[in-house]
Amino acid sequence: MNKKFVPFAAALTAAALLSVTACSSSDDSDSGSSDEPVSLTYWSWTPNMDKVVDAWNAKNPNIQIVVNKQDGGDPAVTKLLTAIQAGSGAPDIMQAEYQKVPTLVSADAIADISAEVGDLKAKFPDGVWNGVTLGSDAVYGVPQDSAPLMFFYRSDVFEKNGLEAPKTWDDYAAAAEKIHKADPKQYIGTFSATDAGLFTGLAQQAGASWWGVNGDAWSVNINEPATQKVAAYWGGLVEKGVVDNKPMYTPDWNAALNDGTQVGWVSAVWAPGVLEGSAADTKGKWKVAAMPQWDAAAPATGNWGGSATSVTTQSKHPKQAAEFVSWLNTDPEALKLLANTANVYPASTDATALLTEPPAFLSEQADYYAIAAEAAKAAKPFTYGPNVNVAYSSFNDAFAKAAEAKKASAFTEALTTMQQTTVDDLKKAGFNVAG
Amino acid sequence: MSLTTPAPTTTAAAPAKPAPAPRARSANKRSGVPYAFLAPALVLFAAFLAAPIVYAGWLSLRKVKVSGLGLGAKSRTEIWAGLDNYTRSLTDPEFLPSVTRVGAYGLIVVPTMLGLALLMALLLDADRTRESIGKFARISIFLPYAVPAVVASLLWGFLYLPRVSPITDLFEAVGLTAPNMLSSSGTMWAVANIAIWGGTGFNMIVIYTALRSVPTSLYESARIDGASEMMIAWKIKIPIVMPSLVMTFVFSLIATLQVFAEPMTLRPLANTISTTWTPLMKVYRDAFTRNDIYSAAATSVIIALATFILSFGFLKVVGRRAFNQED
Repeated sequence: MNKKFVPFAAALTAAALLSVTACSSSDDSDSGSSDEPVSLTYWSWTPNMDKVVDAWNAKNPNIQIVVNKQDGGDPAVTKLLTAIQAGSGAPDIMQAEYQKVPTLVSADAIADISAEVGDLKAKFPDGVWNGVTLGSDAVYGVPQDSAPLMFFYRSDVFEKNGLEAPKTWDDYAAAAEKIHKADPKQYIGTFSATDAGLFTGLAQQAGASWWGVNGDAWSVNINEPATQKVAAYWGGLVEKGVVDNKPMYTPDWNAALNDGTQVGWVSAVWAPGVLEGSAADTKGKWKVAAMPQWDAAAPATGNWGGSATSVTTQSKHPKQAAEFVSWLNTDPEALKLLANTANVYPASTDATALLTEPPAFLSEQADYYAIAAEAAKAAKPFTYGPNVNVAYSSFNDAFAKAAEAKKASAFTEALTTMQQTTVDDLKKAGFNVAG
Repeated sequence: MSLTTPAPTTTAAAPAKPAPAPRARSANKRSGVPYAFLAPALVLFAAFLAAPIVYAGWLSLRKVKVSGLGLGAKSRTEIWAGLDNYTRSLTDPEFLPSVTRVGAYGLIVVPTMLGLALLMALLLDADRTRESIGKFARISIFLPYAVPAVVASLLWGFLYLPRVSPITDLFEAVGLTAPNMLSSSGTMWAVANIAIWGGTGFNMIVIYTALRSVPTSLYESARIDGASEMMIAWKIKIPIVMPSLVMTFVFSLIATLQVFAEPMTLRPLANTISTTWTPLMKVYRDAFTRNDIYSAAATSVIIALATFILSFGFLKVVGRRAFNQED
């Protein structure tokens, strides 16, 4: 190479590198009128959501939605918060679990779309609607699905042991003992320290509401009587050894469901989809019943999961995004697709009439959706706070220790840790905390 | 070439300048050449290493202040925190146990891994093995290193879970109970095992390569003097590969302090690995679960400092002894 040319070429390389990095970080920022075709990205982890969206795309050539499949609720929120902090990279539309809504609002990640969606309040149960407004005039998303807790059980094993679906938690404890005595390998269920959402639902059923707003201050009530009752109950069962202490959603747990060593599961309306994947060999043997109750005279339940569809603060086309979000969760055609193709249990009250066929995995249970509808109505009110993530990760650590120790007293102590960690985190960040 | 003689004390501004092509003549032009060659490396270093480090340092001195209920767009402001994040990091009740855990983990992993690597390298360097099974053995020992840590942890995770593990079946077939690797006493070994399985091959190759560069005349003269193969290994081979051992030790030390992927992947499978099991997992939890990058940055800086002190401290202590034959 020509000697004179060398420094020039090297500098050129450096300059080219610089300009490449510069280009990739700048976004085009045309605001665009509503008639111009726009393409919006939508983060969701619901299976087959792309097929639901296809129906919208076919009819709306100017607002094309691109579904970007996510791993699940937690990783998607992590990614979204990182993108919000970075200032770019967030989608236009985001699936947001109800318990994450306050966190996302507090991080300024999802936008108030009350002006864009209009009045949809009448289309949803009050408890669900409250989850997207947080009790204010703002609307931080449109509810998509609700996930009331129910009890799934292996009818063949229960019959063999002369048992019926437990009506109360006392029945459940008795059944747990009977099943485990009859076959020491079998358990009615497991207490999983990796699933804070389920424990929250159980506490919700008992009447707890872990966060609250008093004027302009948050209150935290995790270590309170209803939750203590639930923790002591499960701790007692684990200590006795009649309920397993292994985490859920592991290959080991899948195998236990499939080979009949776990014969019951307190889970939500979406459970048949999970069972189909992890316990395919047991098809036709499962049944569903309403949740065991603390007070049989006043049936109650909680939720495990359920999510809304929100528009992010980084979207350049919030109006079009809100239009889609509202169609997706209220239009009869969309609700039908959600229920039948994406297998979600729509939150909209209009959807009840659409769900007649039971899920394929429980095809013999004709009243599946009647039981689910009853459960959805019985869900107790529950308020989530702005640091659910902190409380949940504290749950993971504290209850993992308790479950490993197999001591009922450790379960109630874990609540003290959770309460302390959650309050400390709020105070540290500067939130007003009452009490 | 004169390219090796620049003293780049003021290089920071140089790479951004366009090349001074037209004005050049004689000495002036020549002094620009090294900078131009250095430019790409310096730009990459500045953009992807120095800048993020400085930014992390800056973040570690900041924190977010929320006002009122913290809802709505304008309720968060970033403020100066001074050393608050550092104090909180160091006094966090989970911090010391996680450091102790990593210490114990290092005590298991580093000697076992390097011991195995040295043993295998010596065995493979012996004349008989090198000619017969040498190549095959080298590749099979090295292969686990090519498996990403997350994949390795998932594979081992399956082997640790009693209901899906073929190892449990083997134990049962001979009438024994398999140890529960994910119990509170087994977890440390479970994690260490994955690291040893994955890391031995790399270290073996490094040591083996050092052994191969020893002139054979040394061994010949030792044999003439009546030394056995064991004696040769002990008195000649090991002292000669000492610099490689020091290097692999420092690498292993750094990897130990940064252990993350293995326990993170095993965590959902067991009750015994907390979200703060290692210091780096605490960083991850603070940054991505608690959404508090400021505390995470402070803990990262602490880990980085500890790594520097330990690695350079170790090199200072052993350096002269290990490298004296090269001085």
